[in-house]
Amino acid sequence: MNEFLQLLIVGISQGCIYGLMALGFVMIYKATEMINFAQGDMMMLGSFVAWTLIMDLGMPFWLGVPATLIVMASFGALIDILIVRRVIGQPQFAVIILTLGLGIIFRAAAGMIWGQVPLTIDSPISGFSSFYGIVIGNERLVIIAVTAVLIAILWAYFRYSKWGIAMKAASQNQLAAYYSGIPVRVIISAVWAVAAAISALAGILLAPITLIEPMNGLLGIKAFAAAVIGGFGSMPGAILGGLIVGIIEPFAAAYVPTVKGSLIYIVMLIVLALRPQGLFAQIHKKKL
Amino acid sequence: MRILFKTNYKQDLNLAKHGGHRFWYGLLILVLFAAPLILDGYYIGEATRILIYAMAGLGLMVLTGFTGQVSLGHAAFLAIGAYTNAWFLAQGFSSFVALPMAALLSMIGGLLVAIPAARMSGIYLAIATLAFAIIVEDVAGHLNTITGGNRGMMVDVPILFGYQIWESWELYLFVLSVLVAATLAVLNILRSPLGRAMIAVRDSEVSSQALGVNPMKIKVFAFTVSAAITGLAGAFLAHYMSFLTPQIFGILLSIQLLLMIVLGGLGTVHGVFFGAVLIGVLETGISIAKDIMPSSIGGLPGIEPFVFGAILISVIVFEPTGIYGRWIKIRSYMEFFPIYRRKSFKRQRAYLKTERLR
Repeated sequence: MNEFLQLLIVGISQGCIYGLMALGFVMIYKATEMINFAQGDMMMLGSFVAWTLIMDLGMPFWLGVPATLIVMASFGALIDILIVRRVIGQPQFAVIILTLGLGIIFRAAAGMIWGQVPLTIDSPISGFSSFYGIVIGNERLVIIAVTAVLIAILWAYFRYSKWGIAMKAASQNQLAAYYSGIPVRVIISAVWAVAAAISALAGILLAPITLIEPMNGLLGIKAFAAAVIGGFGSMPGAILGGLIVGIIEPFAAAYVPTVKGSLIYIVMLIVLALRPQGLFAQIHKKKL
Repeated sequence: MRILFKTNYKQDLNLAKHGGHRFWYGLLILVLFAAPLILDGYYIGEATRILIYAMAGLGLMVLTGFTGQVSLGHAAFLAIGAYTNAWFLAQGFSSFVALPMAALLSMIGGLLVAIPAARMSGIYLAIATLAFAIIVEDVAGHLNTITGGNRGMMVDVPILFGYQIWESWELYLFVLSVLVAATLAVLNILRSPLGRAMIAVRDSEVSSQALGVNPMKIKVFAFTVSAAITGLAGAFLAHYMSFLTPQIFGILLSIQLLLMIVLGGLGTVHGVFFGAVLIGVLETGISIAKDIMPSSIGGLPGIEPFVFGAILISVIVFEPTGIYGRWIKIRSYMEFFPIYRRKSFKRQRAYLKTERLR
């Protein structure tokens, strides 16, 4: 029972990371119907930027985190303005390939700038908590708490703030939103900025429990699976999918180690076979 | 500018539209078959690699270029073909058994993916094929008795009529003949009702349905054909590599295949070959350029994927129709010399109006 709870909490905290990254995917998808395959690599860049600011330039941790978020948000907006905006309106494969290419470049650039040697960030949160006989790292509890707070903020943002509602409108019909006076281009860049900041936050949260290295970007594929399980385009679905993926992983590693690498993808294929639109379906009709 | 007189409706179905086609493609095939007389071993090896890429790309083009189903997991079919071929050869069968079995097994793999995948579209399909590729890579790492697991597996040389193919130029000719046959098969599929139906499904699924095409069937068909051709390419890749590990067939190989057909020109058979040549030349070219550049730039780890990604992005941004599309533009510029208008190739932009209701 204790082992079960232990694995469950590890899984939930890992799932929160995947959920956050999946959230980034979903936000960009909702706003532009584009799939950003470079999301995982943006997370990886985020943790490297945090390392540079905190460990290399010696910023205090609590200053370094917001600074990282700002840097990565402007980076995300810049990517949209300089590159991604040009392929709006082109077929979907163009966008898939474009973002795959961006991911390759980010990974290669990170390898060139920061090297292939894994780095670590000294986190102010350390030690362990134990309750009901289970021992859990404090960083994992922080991950869960931060994710919960962030979800609440995002929910309120899309529900009540003017910008959030404008983003929702632009995601449903760009032309109509444009006619009603919403600056669609700015909105889309803002969505990219927010998505990049969220994935950078995921990267910072992940940094204390794993090492920072360029190949971390490939975690994006798992987050992608999470987003698909939840139903692409659904924000609660992204978090739920992230949790499912995160919980499957440690249990698979503990009980069925031969399939631990592919179990989440098998689950994803099963979900897709049973419900091709994911758990939270978003598409209800087909247009010509 | 050539003016074609059409005297027969069947003329539209001809593979070679006019004498020029017949002459130039015939010459190309002759030169390719005569290449081992001129080039030495190293270049023949490189050419073999390009041909194998082209075969794999041809398989992916049937699915992605002509049926519009983006697959991010074609490395899986390469893996199935490669391991099947190697296993049958290791059991003492000749290539006449091993190659068809490689195609058949990867066709079955294609069928397995296609049946759930035919219901999906766009990103769901891309991620499902990606997941399939990851699963296949994982399985190949665990099936120690058949694939040798992560330690790898030696591949025997191909055997035809009891004759072992050792020389690189022999392998080159073998790959070339199979590739010519596969290309002719694809071209013939494309001019048949099935091929037209594939293109119709790509252009609009709902419209094709209205015209009496069953998109599910067409997608499953495209998947199986695509998987079979890619499986054959995998079998030859096994011979080219002569040592197989599951890591060869990672996601990067799938991306590279997709990159190849997009660079070449999506939706054209020419594009496959342009893309394969470009990728093949780029790989050699980058490693040569690395030696010329000062070591502060050329010696950086990861410069190859960086250049690769940069080329990929610039093609998507500046020339989405690939090399073949650019060639078509240049050709029509010359054909219609004084009256060519850039606008005639302008792409229609579609603004987002989502199918989602929430």
